[in-house]
Amino acid sequence: MSSMQSAVEAIHKTLVVKCDPERAFQVFTREIGSWWPLAMHSIGEDKVSEVVFEERVGGRIFERHSDGGEGEWGRVVEWDPPRRFVMSWYPGGEPADATELEVRFNAEGESTRLDLEHRGWERFGDQAAERRSGYDSGWGSVLHYFTKATEG
Amino acid sequence: MAYASALDALGDATRREIMDRLRTGPRAVGEIAAGLPISRPAVSQHLRVLREAGLVTERKDGTRRLYRIEPRALADLRAYFDSFWEQALAGFKAAAEQGGRER
Repeated sequence: MSSMQSAVEAIHKTLVVKCDPERAFQVFTREIGSWWPLAMHSIGEDKVSEVVFEERVGGRIFERHSDGGEGEWGRVVEWDPPRRFVMSWYPGGEPADATELEVRFNAEGESTRLDLEHRGWERFGDQAAERRSGYDSGWGSVLHYFTKATEG
Repeated sequence: MAYASALDALGDATRREIMDRLRTGPRAVGEIAAGLPISRPAVSQHLRVLREAGLVTERKDGTRRLYRIEPRALADLRAYFDSFWEQALAGFKAAAEQGGRER
């Protein structure tokens, strides 16, 4: 049981796409709404009309809903186009519950290698505990419970 | 899968409150129910939902039943995202490689 503690490793994914880093970066960020599986993986699901990626440090990544609502996914933490970006990740939760996503883009001949790391699975529990108040259901809030439970 | 039912289960304020009470360690129904504005059977019902979602486990301690948060659920969460990224990045690759037309 205690072997579970801090055993939650970052997720790493690598893939090569046949385009230059500029394009790969832009499709991943500005055009994220064109490929993200929104129907299954969004806050508003079939209500989502677009995903907005504010391209600067501190910028928000959020979905707009057809009924005028919004759902926030996270914020840009580091912004270095077309090489890499880092964002906090808390779809439907609160910033204090965030995990972190880093995506790097490197030219490989005519192609681009993308390295994605989704990390911080156990890292934000304490902060979250301090500032919690009426959580909505969300990916972030689920993390909140487990981070505490596994630290013990 | 397990993760989706966990999200559903936590969509309820009372169940979030119950999870909160379990964060410091295993508790019996009576302790969990103390101070909550709902009946004990209602608390048991919520615990059942949490258990079926894989969020808590139950164990007998003499005549009492103790409930605790199931740490393995965090590993499930990670596994969920792991397969999520596989799927999402396949979509990304297709979109990025479609490129030439736009630019």
